[in-house]
Amino acid sequence: MKKIIKYVMTDILRNRIVLLYTVFLFVISFSMFSLEDNTSKGLLSLLNIILIIVPLVSIIFSTIYVYNSAEFVELLVSQPLKRRTIWLSLFIGLSASLSFAFFIGAGIPVLIYQANTVGIMMITMGIFLSIIFVAIAMLTAVKMRDKAKGIGAAILLWLYFSLLFDGLVLFLLFQFADYPLEKPMIGLTAFNPVDLGRIMILLQMDVSALMGYTGAIFKDFFGTYTGVIFSFGVMCLWILIPVWLSTRKFNRKDL
Amino acid sequence: MIGPNASGKTTLIKTILGMVVQDSGFITFNGNNILHHWQYREQIGYMPQIGRYPDNMTIGHVLDMMKDIRGNKVTLDEDLVEAFELKTLMHKRMRTLSGGTRQKISASLAFLFSPTVLILDEPTAGLDPVASEILKEKIITEKSKGKLILVTSHILSELDDLVTQVVYMQDGQIRFHKSIEELRSDTGEEKLNKAIAQFMRKK
Repeated sequence: MKKIIKYVMTDILRNRIVLLYTVFLFVISFSMFSLEDNTSKGLLSLLNIILIIVPLVSIIFSTIYVYNSAEFVELLVSQPLKRRTIWLSLFIGLSASLSFAFFIGAGIPVLIYQANTVGIMMITMGIFLSIIFVAIAMLTAVKMRDKAKGIGAAILLWLYFSLLFDGLVLFLLFQFADYPLEKPMIGLTAFNPVDLGRIMILLQMDVSALMGYTGAIFKDFFGTYTGVIFSFGVMCLWILIPVWLSTRKFNRKDL
Repeated sequence: MIGPNASGKTTLIKTILGMVVQDSGFITFNGNNILHHWQYREQIGYMPQIGRYPDNMTIGHVLDMMKDIRGNKVTLDEDLVEAFELKTLMHKRMRTLSGGTRQKISASLAFLFSPTVLILDEPTAGLDPVASEILKEKIITEKSKGKLILVTSHILSELDDLVTQVVYMQDGQIRFHKSIEELRSDTGEEKLNKAIAQFMRKK
């Protein structure tokens, strides 16, 4: 398994897109921190960019990469290797390289300017989001045979998690404005890793007061140990379930 | 193994290799069901009909990678790598290669790990006469070592001196499975292509 991970990783790290992504994150992070005189304000601006960019790059790059390595996978499948090994190596290689790129690009500037719990939470969430979207991308790629369809689906999924989901939540909030929705909202956030990541970071920032009563409820729940463990658990499920589903599908796929 | 286009030859081969998962039934290799097993593939060398390789790897990389993955226990058989003069092309990227060169690499890879079973899917399609002659000689030497070699082809005249058994497939069914002597005596023809033609006419 190690050998295949090695080949996947050297292949990805040689890829120009990943290099560009790292440089882009690096430049954005530094400029955000130097634009604002207050570093925590800088972190807040950076947060919004990262929550858009990281899922987008992870899901699109991984989907395209999986389609493009069809030949590589085909070559390996006829060799004495377990299919599961091949697929998981691909997943580990992709998520390790993208997390690494994120850590170099955004993690190091954050650690330079904000080496506290907020900064560390942000790096953790960024890495979690990178891995989650690699997992989702691999599920999309294994489900759809057609490359164009698969990439389209990946873009739609990203759109859903970044924009549409929030729209749906807002819609629900307005429709049921007469009911106390604060508690169900906590449950609802579990269905979107991006939102979950955002809340986890915002709560560390002490700006939750800006979110009004819902913010207070969130703070009550996510601020506690159980809340933190709950959200980390949900994040892990967001990785494990797509990986498990895609591995199962790949094991039975005709190549 | 011979049969018209779309008769299921490649699909059968891919099922044997576990690249296609069968809907029903099972395949055994040395008495073991191949489903959920993978170690048996160590004993198979496979040359696909259309060799597809990662575009941005060089020939050298591909060969090294395969050796890295499965070449640790067996003695390497680099006869074909040398016979095809691939050593001078090692730095070339796979995407720049012609179909014939890819076929040469596929053939070299199939024979590289001295497997006991060789599966060659239309091995000489796309090869120039010199290369296909080299490959045929290699097949004959390996056969004389007592290896099981499964060849599919449409060029029947080529198979005359290679094969001992003929399996004829059509529409996913085996029409007959005979030794070549049997086939010759049944049809009264010396050449395989005439024998098969006569057999098909009788149908």
